[in-house]
Amino acid sequence: MDLYEYQGRALFARHGVPVLDGGVATTTQEAVELAERLGDRVVVKAQVKVGGRGKAGGVKLADTVDEVSTHAQNILGMDIKGHTVEKVMLTVTADIDEEYYFSYLLDRANRTFLCIASTAGGMEIEEVAHTAPEKVVKLPIDAGEGVTPEIANAIVTQAGFPEDLRDQLVDVFVKLWGAFVAEDATLVEVNPLVRTPEGKVLALDAKVTLDENADFRHPENAEFEDKAAVDPLEQRAKDSGLNYVKLDGSVGIIGNGAGLVMSTLDVVSYAGEGHGGVKPANFLDIGGGASAAVMANGLEVVLSDPQVKAVFVNIFGGITACDEVARGILGALQTLADRGEDVTKPLVARIDGNNAEEGRKILADANHPLITVVETMDAAADKAAELANKGA
Amino acid sequence: MAIFLNENSKVIVQGMTGSEGMKHTRRMLKAGTEIVGGVNPRKAGTKVDVDGVSLPVFASVQEAIAETGANASVVFVPPAFSKAAVVEAIDAEIELVIVITEGIPVHDSVTFWNYAESKGGKTRIVGPNCPGIASPGKSNAGITPADITGTGPIGLVSKSGTLTYQLMYELRDIGFSTSVGIGGDPVIGTTHIDCLRAFEEDPETKAIVMIGEIGGDAEERAAEFIKNNVTKPVVGYIAGFTAPEGKTMGHAGAIISGSAGTAESKQAALEAAGVKVGKTPSETARLMREVIENL
Repeated sequence: MDLYEYQGRALFARHGVPVLDGGVATTTQEAVELAERLGDRVVVKAQVKVGGRGKAGGVKLADTVDEVSTHAQNILGMDIKGHTVEKVMLTVTADIDEEYYFSYLLDRANRTFLCIASTAGGMEIEEVAHTAPEKVVKLPIDAGEGVTPEIANAIVTQAGFPEDLRDQLVDVFVKLWGAFVAEDATLVEVNPLVRTPEGKVLALDAKVTLDENADFRHPENAEFEDKAAVDPLEQRAKDSGLNYVKLDGSVGIIGNGAGLVMSTLDVVSYAGEGHGGVKPANFLDIGGGASAAVMANGLEVVLSDPQVKAVFVNIFGGITACDEVARGILGALQTLADRGEDVTKPLVARIDGNNAEEGRKILADANHPLITVVETMDAAADKAAELANKGA
Repeated sequence: MAIFLNENSKVIVQGMTGSEGMKHTRRMLKAGTEIVGGVNPRKAGTKVDVDGVSLPVFASVQEAIAETGANASVVFVPPAFSKAAVVEAIDAEIELVIVITEGIPVHDSVTFWNYAESKGGKTRIVGPNCPGIASPGKSNAGITPADITGTGPIGLVSKSGTLTYQLMYELRDIGFSTSVGIGGDPVIGTTHIDCLRAFEEDPETKAIVMIGEIGGDAEERAAEFIKNNVTKPVVGYIAGFTAPEGKTMGHAGAIISGSAGTAESKQAALEAAGVKVGKTPSETARLMREVIENL
């Protein structure tokens, strides 16, 4: 889960990392009240989980409360690369002498954590790595040892940070590591980390990604979840414990196992090329077991997407044999009918694996008007694409 | 032969007494796996009857090894306790630990991986979030359905469980030496490369199927390894060509970040290494069939 800047800033503050005084507002009125409390000059920043907000006009300086009002009004509701601005963050300003870059992140390839530090901050670190690679220092961090003051000192030396800031930087690096570990983050990035004319170190930005697998040990972070920005179907699926991602097409997809479902999206897209360019409407993994109850919940979510014109159920019966899967599909349709759902969209089922023939026979014998059984994944994808194109 | 798991493997189950652990212990026994016991400190000293087989429950992995000569462990322990279970297995220096559990925080996975390395890498970790290892006709450790296929010349390594089963099913008449599900998490123990190296050295394996998916650069690194080290034919498949950027597709590790981790990049790298890459699972199976016919 990527956090908004204001959430990252709050998280930094919680762990003692120096940040500027500020707050967040969802209305112009709130922004004005906040500005009155902060006093002096403030910066108004659009809160979106996408880069390039400065260029889009989403970051403005305000010297008076009137200016805060004008900027907040302009920025709230603004569209930045498809993201609507729902909140603005206001902070007091700081004079900046120098800008640095600092982050801790998960290094998948080396199965460890990594610290990236640079005395060239304030711009994209990828760009610095490209134009001045000698200014970017990367240090693996051992998960067991972590970042001790000794290691933080080594980072200061290797990255070439100013000596007079050493003590402050060591303190910030150790605290950021504390935040990274304590919050189960996979990214903690400060860009820029600045030096003020008074020689003070401040984190002026906060980019944080949290590991959702660790949610169970961070109930306090549930507040970071942005329910308003989540697609309503995705929220509904999540509430049912389903692994669902909303996409743009018209072929609803249900499968078991993440890899098989990803593969199903691909195969449907290829098949769609021959049927008016139809595409998958969603990713939905109902898990290895593929039980009737879970199938019913999955079908309900997929069928309630108005963009869906046909559904492709693609199950490999492994642990759950295909006869059970077939009964699950029929049971699911019955459950939906019992719930009073209007089930009218055609459904193509491909079930393969253990007891495949018996499973297909159960579906054939049921003679359900909406179900078409196709033996192979490629042919079934083609049929589903064809039906979705006809229904469009 | 087979890799990592064979007829000499003596398997214990960490978390055997839980519902998933019990269900799959029963299935593994039925598949012919030599299960020698389970680990649960709260139920140590008791016995569990599984379809007429009486299995002892030990207090620790170390005790289980001492009593039974176990050399492999399958972990079904819930996410919150998985790190402790794997660390315990590493401390006991068991040869192989297969972590089936899905949803382990990545900080925990990095921690037990770094810990295993600091102990000299004596324990091979497979997973987490994986279906385990199946060496048909010899042993099955994990949740791979055992009755899909029999022994044969194909070695398989995959990030995905159901895609593994799909390919095994499509090629069931040919058979497999070993299939290794390495798992869909961002940080895993045994990698594609580890499996490719082992299959290359395994005389029973004549050809290799490698299944990958979006996210990270493991497939690109595997392609580089194949180019320089693998003489046996390799057929590949990559899932996730149509996945959107920035969305996690079921597996915690399956996410495209910017231009990194795309299926296109993985396919291109594999093809540059001489690997035939199927567009769909069925086409991948066809390509493997041709390879086997031309051996």
